[in-house]
Amino acid sequence: MKSKKATVKYRASNLTFWQKVYKYRVLLLMCLPVIVFFFAFSYMPLPGIWVAFVKYNYRKGIFGSKFIGFDNFKFLFTSGKLSVLTRNTILYNVAFILLGNMLAVFVAILLNEVRCKWFRKVSQTMMFLPYFISQVLVGYLVFNLLNYDTGLVNSILKSLGVAEENLFQPYSDPNVWPPILILVYLWQQTGYNSVVYFASIMGIDGEMMEASKVDGANGFQRIRYIILPSLKPTIVILLLFALGGIVKGNFGLFYNIIGTNSLLYDTTDIIETYVYRATMTDFNFSTASAVGLYQSVIGFVIVMTVNFIVKKIEPDYSLF
Amino acid sequence: MENKTTKIKLDRSELMIRGFGYVFITIFAVCCLLPFLIIISTSFTKESIILAEGVQFLPKEFTTAGYNAVLKTGSIFKAYILTIGMTGIGTFLGLFFISMAGYALQRKDFPFRNVISFYIYFTSLFSAGLAPYYLMMTQTYHLKDNYLAVLLPLMMSPWLVIMMKNFVKAIPHELTESGKIDGAGDFKIYYSIILPLIKPALATIGLFLALGYWNEWYQSSLFLTSKVDVKPLQFMLYEVINKTDALKNSVAGQYVNITDIPSNSVKMATAVLATGPVIFVYPFVQKYFISGVTVGAVKG
Repeated sequence: MKSKKATVKYRASNLTFWQKVYKYRVLLLMCLPVIVFFFAFSYMPLPGIWVAFVKYNYRKGIFGSKFIGFDNFKFLFTSGKLSVLTRNTILYNVAFILLGNMLAVFVAILLNEVRCKWFRKVSQTMMFLPYFISQVLVGYLVFNLLNYDTGLVNSILKSLGVAEENLFQPYSDPNVWPPILILVYLWQQTGYNSVVYFASIMGIDGEMMEASKVDGANGFQRIRYIILPSLKPTIVILLLFALGGIVKGNFGLFYNIIGTNSLLYDTTDIIETYVYRATMTDFNFSTASAVGLYQSVIGFVIVMTVNFIVKKIEPDYSLF
Repeated sequence: MENKTTKIKLDRSELMIRGFGYVFITIFAVCCLLPFLIIISTSFTKESIILAEGVQFLPKEFTTAGYNAVLKTGSIFKAYILTIGMTGIGTFLGLFFISMAGYALQRKDFPFRNVISFYIYFTSLFSAGLAPYYLMMTQTYHLKDNYLAVLLPLMMSPWLVIMMKNFVKAIPHELTESGKIDGAGDFKIYYSIILPLIKPALATIGLFLALGYWNEWYQSSLFLTSKVDVKPLQFMLYEVINKTDALKNSVAGQYVNITDIPSNSVKMATAVLATGPVIFVYPFVQKYFISGVTVGAVKG
């Protein structure tokens, strides 16, 4: 690796920038669509962040509107809105990441213990299904399980003879949603998440397993002392990846399940859903952009910090 | 790959774990399937029964009324054509652009590869957020009510490019060298040597793209207003499902035509029709996703 790099550098350093451009024009052209794409859709919106610092006026445009400094942010901070949104977003993500990975590891280990190939294949296919469907359908499935009038849960409760007033009414009760949303997340993602872990278990040296048997280790000890330690690097890397996105909410999940049901916002409103409503319903672009910028900056700082710390401790695990 | 531990006599703990494994996995897998069965069977149930008894495991009185109503209007066919068209065009173009860039970016002699890779990776680290993006799309690009607003943004993502780069890296670079010796240009090498060798990668990334297009509702909800008649399937489903709520929430006394409210069976039928193709196809393509997840977990 190292020596190759050096020779390339030597060869390339003889050329000026434009000579290099000319020499590698074909490879550059091959990258051009991708470069243009990310310029048009990821870099072009960046100057528009300015809208967070103005009192947006549709007729005057972003750069003609009155500059008001940090007033948009001030309002969000003092009203406490931002802290609620941040709390919800982070707490949900922590639950998703921790429980999601724990369940995925658990499922992968059990899937490995199951020896019947046919069973393994069919069950994996079934567990993968929720990952393939649109978030719109997920929201609708949840609605059909939980709604007051026709939902499955209430049908079951009714058949058990539960009184009308004691039926389950989640769509007007904010407190029941954190566990429900976590369950839906686990339902949708576990099949997919367990694949990586399952693949790394399959990669464990079979001889090691056998040796442990010969040494008299029982099944639990084999999982505890061989499988789990072998999974550790994968777990750490996936957790680090996830940690980098801890302030990014799962918009599709929340918006399709909760929608614009303001009764539930207290426990279910995350940064993404708030920004979406501020943009699409209230056309309050300045507030929306202020929240979005806050999120981007915090997210960026977290990724950089995580990467910096990881690089210090274990360079192999660092993201870049 | 199969661990050969089965040959040795099983002790009690092994049996317990295995038995628990079968039970737990079975329950979990059935739970993954159950909501779909409920939707499908309820879509064949008479409306009056749905309203009286709720959703069904098995249709009590079988009817295809919901499907008839959906198919009669014909708008679902238009949505199908639009969605299939966008999925086809978007996936094809996306694959072409991503694989081309993926090849160029893994070439060790390409002096700009690190700069360009960082340029792409940075977009996943810091973004402008929804409001500036929305303003740009509607006011600078004037893409409101334009299908391009849905087609273009889904065409690539940083991690798909990185994934492709990792896939191509596995091709020995001697092949590029031998192509060069034979006098082939870089594009020719990509097109006739590399492309045929990365078919599994193309399948994997193509499937991620296709799934993204098929399940797309988000960009549509941002940019396609009621002025556009034909919507992508999932967004059409979204509108059908949420129409009732919108009507319910409208101010009392306002004129609401009761026939405008889609019945439960119509919603269910739309849900089944919009999702159907994916459910039929995914068991066959699942393995490509699995290879993608395993490669994708490796950092760029």
